[in-house]
Amino acid sequence: MKPVPLIFEISKQGRTGYSLPALDVPEAEDAIPEGMRRGDSPELPEVAEVDAVSHFTNLSNLNHGLDSGFYPLGSCTMKYNPKVDEDVAGLPGFTEGHPYQPESLSQGNLRLMYEMGKFLAEISGMDAVTLQPAAGAHGEFTGMSIIRAYHESRGNKKTKVIVPDSAHGTNPATSAMCGYKVVEVKSDDRGGVDIEKLREVLDDEVAAIMLTNPNTLGLFDENIEKITEMVHEAGGLCYYDGANLNGTMGMARPGDMGFDVVHINLHKTFSTPHGGGGPGSGPVGVKKQLAGFLPVPVVDYDGEKYYFNYDLPDTIGKVRSFYGNFGIAVRAYAYILSNGPDGLKKVCENAVLNANYLMENLKDLYYLPYDRPCKHEFVISGKLQNQQNGVKTMDIAKRLLDFGIHPPTVYFPLIVDEALMIEPTETESKETLDTFIAVMRQIAEEAGHDPELVKSAPHNTPVGRMDEAKAARHPVLKYEGQR
Amino acid sequence: MTYPEGLFYSKDHEWVKLEGNRARIGITEYAQGALGDVVYAEVPSPGDEFAAGDNFGSVESVKSVSDLYIPVSGKVVEVNGELDGSPELINRDPYGKGWVAVVEMDDPGETSGLMSASDYEAFVGESD
Amino acid sequence: MDYIPNTDGDREEMFSSVGVTSADSLFSDIPDDVRLKGRLDLPEAMSELEIKKHMAKLAGSNAEAEHYTYFIGGGVYDHYIPSAVAHITGLPEFYTAYTPYQPEVSQGTLQSIFEYQTMICSLTGMDVSNASMYDGASAMAEAGIMAAKIKSKGRLLVSRSVHPEYRRVLKTYTAGIGVEITEVDIEGGTTDMDDLKLKIKDGDALIVQNPDFFGCLEDMEAISSIVHEAGGLFIVVADPISLGVLKAPGEYGADIVCGEGQALGSPMNFGGPHLGFLATREKYMRQMPGRIVGQTEDDRGNTGYVLTLQTREQHIRRNKATSNICSNQALCALAATVYLSLMGKKGIAEVGEQCLAKSHYLAKRLEKAGFGLAFDRPFFKEFVIRTDMDVSRAIEQLAEQKMIAGIDLSRFYPEFAGCMMIAVTEKRTKQEMDELAAGLEGLR
Repeated sequence: MKPVPLIFEISKQGRTGYSLPALDVPEAEDAIPEGMRRGDSPELPEVAEVDAVSHFTNLSNLNHGLDSGFYPLGSCTMKYNPKVDEDVAGLPGFTEGHPYQPESLSQGNLRLMYEMGKFLAEISGMDAVTLQPAAGAHGEFTGMSIIRAYHESRGNKKTKVIVPDSAHGTNPATSAMCGYKVVEVKSDDRGGVDIEKLREVLDDEVAAIMLTNPNTLGLFDENIEKITEMVHEAGGLCYYDGANLNGTMGMARPGDMGFDVVHINLHKTFSTPHGGGGPGSGPVGVKKQLAGFLPVPVVDYDGEKYYFNYDLPDTIGKVRSFYGNFGIAVRAYAYILSNGPDGLKKVCENAVLNANYLMENLKDLYYLPYDRPCKHEFVISGKLQNQQNGVKTMDIAKRLLDFGIHPPTVYFPLIVDEALMIEPTETESKETLDTFIAVMRQIAEEAGHDPELVKSAPHNTPVGRMDEAKAARHPVLKYEGQR
Repeated sequence: MTYPEGLFYSKDHEWVKLEGNRARIGITEYAQGALGDVVYAEVPSPGDEFAAGDNFGSVESVKSVSDLYIPVSGKVVEVNGELDGSPELINRDPYGKGWVAVVEMDDPGETSGLMSASDYEAFVGESD
Repeated sequence: MDYIPNTDGDREEMFSSVGVTSADSLFSDIPDDVRLKGRLDLPEAMSELEIKKHMAKLAGSNAEAEHYTYFIGGGVYDHYIPSAVAHITGLPEFYTAYTPYQPEVSQGTLQSIFEYQTMICSLTGMDVSNASMYDGASAMAEAGIMAAKIKSKGRLLVSRSVHPEYRRVLKTYTAGIGVEITEVDIEGGTTDMDDLKLKIKDGDALIVQNPDFFGCLEDMEAISSIVHEAGGLFIVVADPISLGVLKAPGEYGADIVCGEGQALGSPMNFGGPHLGFLATREKYMRQMPGRIVGQTEDDRGNTGYVLTLQTREQHIRRNKATSNICSNQALCALAATVYLSLMGKKGIAEVGEQCLAKSHYLAKRLEKAGFGLAFDRPFFKEFVIRTDMDVSRAIEQLAEQKMIAGIDLSRFYPEFAGCMMIAVTEKRTKQEMDELAAGLEGLR
């Protein structure tokens, strides 16, 4: 495949790719002082529309998107992005509205936000929801800020947050952003939180525990009620990281497990597209005693009209401008309507079945640290292959690329050496799963008899392995104009 | 792996070379091997003061960061400016050109708490 | 409709492979009193056709820019988006792709982000840019935290002429980490220079927006001098559309530039998703939050692109990360990249000149109608007029004539009752502007 030059490299002076109507009012040359004006125009490309479109289309062909093939990234829930959601989200009534336009002319938008909040509250077992956070990590920050504000309002002196050793990196990073010290609690040999170790770290300075259930090993923590009870007894709150909601949706709700605050990833569980890294949306749900701390505005209904309510005296304030990634909420709303209550439960059942099917058919060749039924994802390890011929998980991941399969999440969670975290989701057919199993089995075979083939992968991709050390040592972060 | 004689070693995998009242500090062969390709070193500034055990910098590879803990108390008098453009010196020559900082020691007696080359070799052998 | 391909037959085969007889047995480890009894209380599933009808109805009960004329700004603007932008962002290889953690199959995303970073640097005059952030407000908050960490004295000064929602987000972001925030007063529509000189202390970071919330242009050179004399950091919140016409912040000494990139190819979206951008000087590169793409080579000698400097980020640094931010707004950044490629050097300047010319035309026209400017300052595409009306009421009345006239400024600044803030982009025509003027006159 031909490399695609940078757009700056195909730029040619004088070319343009736009048209604007002629100015129908006088120019305003003297409107601003000369000293405030830019001297030269910014260095931007000069290309015709045909060249720009060709450039970006060629770039897209270098990508493996979900529509192109299997993407079993653990903890990312790469499920199919329904096309109808794109269609409806593109309606001008949703895309061409201004956040400050009169509420009386935004009733459709407000109603959607109000109902979406209700849907998510029902699904997660919470009492009140905000759609304001723009991503999962943003939701975590919002949720933890609510917890901090709650403790402050009670005069509780809290300095720590407990996080399991299997936690996603955003959890401790978020806690630090809220001014808390992070205390790690070890997992037991069933893969859940070690109750005895938890007891040791719990004291009256613990603000909260941050958990996801099923956890990052894809395992449901059977002690979850005991855990949330213990934390509550010690005066702390329980935060649920919703990244793994696809593993229990319709079967069990975080609100019923004892959680006080949850965040939900619409771009995971609720099928909105990942966009190459965003935009996502991370709504936060809370139990009623925390509802007063939600960011403003909340959307309320007075029986006749929907409106924005800014009157929350204990609010944490705002975590982003306006109301959140509304356009993403539109897609997720359509997805929920499309599935209905039975559909969402079916989503979970199929996601869990698919993951267990893969696990059963790979555990004889790959080391499975926790041999018990998983939920929507599971973790295996490349340990055996490494011990045999030094083939690492990174090599296995790169070899998968040769088969048109995006690798699973690798080297996470940190508690499993050479980890491969696999999440098929419910939208993959048995054929795709069987293909993946066959390919993984072939790679295990190659790791035994032809390790160099795996270690030197990928072979069939547009580019080979990148020199990441060079990129970090001598960062080149923009085009400098030289050839 | 053997470790150069004449240097002191800490549990955090740093080495100390005494130069009069000064200590030249770097990381060991074991540490640079565990890190992989070093891409960046965060070094202190001349004038900074530390107590033994303080976090005085860090060394980064592409996928990980290791904090550096100073083996002896003192005031930094020199830092290795070459690491800015060539952090790989830490990999290639950890005891020579890959040195990190030189401190004026508060208490030269502190080295008694550090390990000798053979003690460190045993220590590393245990942790493997 | 659900999107599950497997049939009962497929599932039967899988059950026997796994060694269970039903999906339910895979949930036996969930304690009984935690198991959901019954169904979720949600509307029954709709077919695709029913969804389209329902959504059309909801969408249809909103005002929007295809049927109303928008003169409203406050950080989000009705700018023209060239047709090609949506065609590119709608390519499935872009919008269904995940974060480019496997660079070999993500060069499309990675290279487009590298191009985005380059263009942001060109616009702002800075050395390095990140791959984008959630929005202008959170970008500003992250810039403030970044500055507080660099200076490690932690005091932030913010002008009251900065977008009120951005200031609120900054407050929420810093509440837990003990960063002191002090506001600098406004005077005549821009930062009060005397108050700034009084308040600024050694090592502070100052945040100023240009054009400010009111559309007024600040004396950025003077402010930059004051900040740097005090040994502080200068954070500028900029409107990227203005940077085709206004001096780049890098040229007058900005240390960090951030802001909202919605105007570059993203629709108004009723507030989101939008695009936060952040750029800085090379020496602060490693303190910059967010994802960053760098250029390198692969093992075959090809030029390629990767996420780099990842050790700053949460997945490695964890509690010592520069921020907890995980994602960027990749698709919105792609829209901006396509927009800037199509508009180019000439287009970005022309858009800026049109916004400037048209907003000044309307301001003059309204002045003639007896609605004078509230502030005697140069302005870019937004301005504030004085009226003796109930502005919110006036806006509702003008909406009946299919014009969204502006913002009631007293909503954010109680001292400015009777003031209406009006934005004019390149989309507005002379006729539309004359109609607004006539509409306002008619309300008297």
